[in-house]
Amino acid sequence: MTTDASDTTPKPPVLTKSEVGKDAVHPGAPLVVLENVNKHFGALHVLQDIDLTIHKGEVVVVIGPSGSGKSTLCRTINRLEAIDGGRITIDGALLPQEGRELARLRSDVGMVFQSFNLFAHKTVLQNVTLGPLKVRREKADVVTRRAHELLDRVGVGSQADKYPAQLSGGQQQRVAIARALAMEPKVMLFDEPTSALDPEMINEVLEVMRDLAREGMTMVVVTHEMGFARSAANRVIFMADGRIVEENTPEEFFSNPRSDRARDFLSKILHH
Amino acid sequence: MLEVIQDNWDLLRHGFVGTLKLTVVCGIVSLLLGTLIAACRVSPVPPLRWFGTAYVNLFRNTPLTLIFFAVALGFPKLRFNLSYFEFAVIALSTYTAAFICEAIRSGINTVPIGQAEAARSLGMSFTQSLSQIVLPQAGRAAVPPIGSLLIAMVRNSAIASAFNVTELMGTSAEMVENGYKSLWVLLWIAVGYLIITLSMSAALAALEKKLAVVR
Ligand SMILES: Nc1ncnc2c1ncn2[C@@H]1O[C@H](COP(=O)(O)OP(=O)(O)OP(=O)(O)O)[C@@H](O)[C@H]1O
Ligand SMILES: [Mg+2]
Repeated sequence: MTTDASDTTPKPPVLTKSEVGKDAVHPGAPLVVLENVNKHFGALHVLQDIDLTIHKGEVVVVIGPSGSGKSTLCRTINRLEAIDGGRITIDGALLPQEGRELARLRSDVGMVFQSFNLFAHKTVLQNVTLGPLKVRREKADVVTRRAHELLDRVGVGSQADKYPAQLSGGQQQRVAIARALAMEPKVMLFDEPTSALDPEMINEVLEVMRDLAREGMTMVVVTHEMGFARSAANRVIFMADGRIVEENTPEEFFSNPRSDRARDFLSKILHH
Repeated sequence: MLEVIQDNWDLLRHGFVGTLKLTVVCGIVSLLLGTLIAACRVSPVPPLRWFGTAYVNLFRNTPLTLIFFAVALGFPKLRFNLSYFEFAVIALSTYTAAFICEAIRSGINTVPIGQAEAARSLGMSFTQSLSQIVLPQAGRAAVPPIGSLLIAMVRNSAIASAFNVTELMGTSAEMVENGYKSLWVLLWIAVGYLIITLSMSAALAALEKKLAVVR
């Protein structure tokens, strides 16, 4: 794997999901590449020899038992967690040390958290405009217009002037998605985006994510929502004890898991 | 008791203005310095963190009078020839800043870690996420302890009179020497201090309300 793959290979045509069919394995060139990634929390070896390539336009669902390292994996991709070994590249660029260059790279990676993490002291609109204004230093009128479009797109256009605490969980999470999209990221990371939501709000968030997937956004989604995985994912990755144990298309994975760990895990989440 | 204030109006006024000046200047300097040191203490750069910790430990655990002496005697030796007022500002502000730093840091600790993570994942720098996201939300929790610290600072400013700075407390000696009853003298001086501290408390209470963040 070379780091300058994006320079030497011709740009692949931009394909939408409908054109390639959702089972297409590699819709585009490699965008996020993890090679031999290792990470410890003290004595705990959370990530063990992780090799993973995510291609442009691909939707990868990460699934696995609690404590298996899914969140940590997600967070290493924008270096909210630093790794101890291996390498991670985004669009050919190696993740640098903390600093200006890392900040620039991070702005290309959207992140959606389980607990939304909207800025509590800013309005919904300000939450969405802050990044483009402060990080990209774009013009205020352009940013505001785009923010309103994004808020409309995720269905919370009428809430623009409210504060996050005045919104339902589902609305907050959709604002969080709009906030990440406002940076026009190359890839979006979702860490259990619906786990903190009441059941009736889960679908409104998944629907927004399905739309994103359909439009060709590259996505890494940690979730136990199998309906979403089946309908939107190109690939399912099953993690256990810090390793990628199994990797397959959603159909194959859910109907025909190969490893005992996966079979065991699936039987647990299916029967309750 | 009224003749104390009638006869010594100019003296009291000078003292009051001196204390007020010390309060305003030291308040601003120690808030800025305290914020800066708090930023050091939560910074990702280890040497800055070490500096912050060392600063707080040094200045919090040294008697203020000692700091006054160190500044008033030490600075002229280093050929910094400043006025006594400036010496007083330096001594009082460096001391107060150590406490304010800790108040701000405890305010920062009340802000959920996810706020800073969200800011960082948007590509904000450490300074941006601190100034745009974390500090504005830390403010609310930090304001009440900062209020007490600033009031303590006003009281501590009395030490400055021992270093030739005209301030409220220092005027008492002169009036008592001139034969006024010390009880009445001290009463009026207390009123002067109260005017300053009470209006400061009111301003801070208003600020606290303004910084309220609903979660
Ligand atoms: N900052 C940290 N310090 C120490 N240990 C941590 C830290 N973050 C996570 N861990 C530990 O690392 C392991 C993996 O955590 P991680 O959050 O990645 O798991 P997960 O697969 O996302 O689990 P869940 O489904 O519960 O979210 C867990 O055992 C967790 O306790
Ligand atoms: Mg997790």
